Amino acid sequence: MALKFPIYLDSHSTTPVDPRVLEVMLPYFTEKFGNAASRNHAFGWAAEEAVETARGQIATLIHCDPKELVFTSGATESNNLALKGVAEMYREKGDHVITVTTEHRAVLDTAKRLEKQGLKVTYLSVGADGVVDPEAVRHAITDRTILISVMLANNEIGTVNPVAEIGKVAKDRGVLFHCDATQGVGKIPVDVQAMGIDVMSFTAHKMYGPKGVGALYVRRRNPRVRLAPQIDGGGHERGMRSGTLPVPLIVGFGEACRIAAEVMPTESVRLAALRDRLKEGIFKGLDEVYLNGHPVHRLPHNLNVSFAYVEGEALLMGLKDIALSSGSACTSATLEPSYVLRSLGVGSDLAHSSIRFGLGRFTTEEEIEYTIQKVVEAVSRLREMSPLYEMAKEGVDLKTVEWTRD
Amino acid sequence: MAYSEKVVDHYNNPRNVGSFDKKDPSVGTGIVGAPECGDVMKLQIKVSPQGVIEDAKFKTFGCGSAIASSSLATEWLKGKTLDEAAQIKNTDIVQELALPPVKIHCSVLAEDAIKAALADVKKKQMTTVGETASAL
Repeated sequence: MALKFPIYLDSHSTTPVDPRVLEVMLPYFTEKFGNAASRNHAFGWAAEEAVETARGQIATLIHCDPKELVFTSGATESNNLALKGVAEMYREKGDHVITVTTEHRAVLDTAKRLEKQGLKVTYLSVGADGVVDPEAVRHAITDRTILISVMLANNEIGTVNPVAEIGKVAKDRGVLFHCDATQGVGKIPVDVQAMGIDVMSFTAHKMYGPKGVGALYVRRRNPRVRLAPQIDGGGHERGMRSGTLPVPLIVGFGEACRIAAEVMPTESVRLAALRDRLKEGIFKGLDEVYLNGHPVHRLPHNLNVSFAYVEGEALLMGLKDIALSSGSACTSATLEPSYVLRSLGVGSDLAHSSIRFGLGRFTTEEEIEYTIQKVVEAVSRLREMSPLYEMAKEGVDLKTVEWTRD
Repeated sequence: MAYSEKVVDHYNNPRNVGSFDKKDPSVGTGIVGAPECGDVMKLQIKVSPQGVIEDAKFKTFGCGSAIASSSLATEWLKGKTLDEAAQIKNTDIVQELALPPVKIHCSVLAEDAIKAALADVKKKQMTTVGETASAL
């Protein structure tokens, strides 16, 4: 098959809507446009039925009761609702939240806001492979702890956390456990019962569904989790999130979950094989390449690599027909590279040199072969231009050089 | 963010990539920046006995704009006297390459590299003159 450019390898950022998903969504924009909250006519009933079907499809994927799902605009809102909703509702019980330095900004920035409101937040660090230690979580729990928030899989390095163990720690101590599972749902098996998750954020557009809809799983028994709503209005979603349900998006979300459950066993194996081929090709073609994240406990479609002596953004410029993401921060005002990589103890120089590859449902073997070839070429060319590579080859230890800083 | 055509051209066809012997008394070397900041530029000039820059070379670790800034600097340096070279300003580079505000630091680094290379060759010339004088 002929290659089509640009090649998309940024699936942690977003994914295209699967054509099968789009097809089931379309009628809900036009002839089936009803408001799911309209109880008095057929338009409303059709919309409500469609929403409940989708709710069932989503619940099946994560092993929960459909009634435990609250629709939101996406994972950012879900994370906000989880942290702020729990903090507000359980304020009498305590004022301490535990989270991790490598969480997504939607969790970290929300935690910072809670701190401003007087709560105490512990930010746990991670090991060099990015994994959260459940024992560290246990030790951080105090009598005042009301919530633990740990992500399932990291959006940059793809590291998968031992969520079931953390869930057990939370249950042992009677603390609620929120999990931002945005990157994992639909890619790896998620079971909120087996994992001991009380509240969980995820979104449709990372799993071939539409942008603009997400969900928050909120446990109804053992324990029954209560949330203070952050958006007031018509009392939709059992009062936890008001606002007219975006029926077409929810229908697409449901279908995306149904397909994800169906293809996961084969698709995760296929993607892991392609990802391993990509890694092998790059590591064979180049020296001084470093894997970021855990070698085994990682999402099947994620590869994150640092190419020593080459700046990430310059490398992306040389790979202009491949859509990728870099941990370099050359365009950010602070010039600080990826905080996730820095949390792992990766040096700033290597953090600036990192590239994230996110494979997807439509990634082909030909695309991976092309990517390997282009990456090896581009890195080699930039190294020929790199004073650092030249110095390293001359035997200069770059750590001992006195650099000039602004 | 889209790059200007000139930045893309310098990135794809960098002028004067390479190195001179740092120990050559007619060569001035400027290395500025730091790996942890994501930018390191090495700029070298080769100066004739008449004080004219005959040749210039660079190597840069950094983004496309940093590469373009140093590539452009080597083009501008060739044929200039040391005094003329000292007149090159980062704002000239910003204008020529149409750098956006977030990339201005790349041009500043290029100006710093030019200044460092000029200072290096001047220092070498002073030393050479000094040695000649003491030999007499």
